[in-house]
Amino acid sequence: MKCVTGFFCWSAFMVMTFINVNAQSVGMVEIKGGAFVPLYGNDSVKVKVDDFFIDVFPITREEYLQFVKDNPYWQRSNAKKIFADGNYLINWYNDLHLNEDTPPQAPITNVSWFAAKRYCEIQGKRLPTMDEWEFVAMANEKLPDARTDSLYNQYILNWYETPKTFNQQIGSTFKNYWGVYDLHGLVWEWTLDFNSVLLSGESRKDVDNDRNLFCGSGSIGATDLMNYAAFMRYAFRGSIKANYSVKNLGFRCAKDK
Amino acid sequence: MANHNFNILYILLPIILIYSCSNPNEKQSNTLKNLDQEQVISDLSIYNLPSTWTTQNGDDIELKNLNGNVLVMVMIYTSCQVACPRLVADMRNIDAQLPQKNKNNVKFIMVSIDPETDTPERLKSFSIENKMETDQWLFLRGTEDDTREFAAVLAVNYKQISPMNFSHSNIISVFNKKGELQHQQEGLGMDNKETIETIIQLTN
Repeated sequence: MKCVTGFFCWSAFMVMTFINVNAQSVGMVEIKGGAFVPLYGNDSVKVKVDDFFIDVFPITREEYLQFVKDNPYWQRSNAKKIFADGNYLINWYNDLHLNEDTPPQAPITNVSWFAAKRYCEIQGKRLPTMDEWEFVAMANEKLPDARTDSLYNQYILNWYETPKTFNQQIGSTFKNYWGVYDLHGLVWEWTLDFNSVLLSGESRKDVDNDRNLFCGSGSIGATDLMNYAAFMRYAFRGSIKANYSVKNLGFRCAKDK
Repeated sequence: MANHNFNILYILLPIILIYSCSNPNEKQSNTLKNLDQEQVISDLSIYNLPSTWTTQNGDDIELKNLNGNVLVMVMIYTSCQVACPRLVADMRNIDAQLPQKNKNNVKFIMVSIDPETDTPERLKSFSIENKMETDQWLFLRGTEDDTREFAAVLAVNYKQISPMNFSHSNIISVFNKKGELQHQQEGLGMDNKETIETIIQLTN
């Protein structure tokens, strides 16, 4: 009897070890944290980012298909409107079949924040915070912080002007300093705290100088107006709601170290 | 033999439990019993949120426990110096202008965006200071994650500026008896007329 107990303890241990190793490292790289000044935050206040893991690639359509197969709650016809609006997976042929005009290896888009968040949670991960995402995304091929490189900024802005990049396969843009692909060039990505963006007058309301919309001292001034690209990202985050499913907005997952 | 089975169960049970706890939504949609319940809760209802909240009296509730009430909700934090007192005043003002006969099924709910500071005790004393002690007033505190998610549902944006200070959008939201968002008033010191009219309509 002791032997049986031992055996099962051993197998349980092995299974747990496997799950643990699996969840942490497959498809993820470690990001060594640090302090940086985000382009849009409190003026000149450094933000500290701890060490964490992040997915090398955005989640693909194929991977998301598997997720909805395993989790019927998130299939297009089952998803609650409060969590995913009418554009959720709108291009799919049906609940369990992708449309064929986009490769299965392209990033999943038309997913809401709730869906993206749940996807990561089920993998034992989470969405990256905005600070984490921006921290990794300021790297180019060679430098961890390439924000002052005009070519780098031009690359990003050129992408913002290129239509339909969401139809390309993952890995088709550059591999950055950390070994992470496609942060710029394919799709925009959800972050865990996208709803912490408070641009003055709140961008989505198109109201100037309305202090009454906010409590406290939080209206935001740019620490570096040069970086128009980052402004675009923050403005976009400030303009979307959590159940929106947008055709150029996907996600990837992160994990604490 | 029976002993062996017991051992297996003993080892597997925690694993099964962990697994089933991590998938509350997905599991729900698989069981017929819960499907019936879900049909009662509409697609756009906040009662779809599975989160649990603690009230100023230390009770744990889920939002769906409020089913059948018209909810007037706002997100605040008790250490707020600037806008929150005005939001609280707006809430009191709305309450004061409601005809008595419409008040029975209305709950005024303040959800804290600073769960770390706003313990149930603190929320309780805040409710006393602000003379919001009847059953009609509910102060809720959740986990940081559930709070962020709830704010996402209300489209309330917020950010911690310093340990004691947050920036947040000032929105008062009204939900009908099924938990569906009906009206939002954004900004401070606004005319509360539309909000009040909505509540009266929903409670008539």
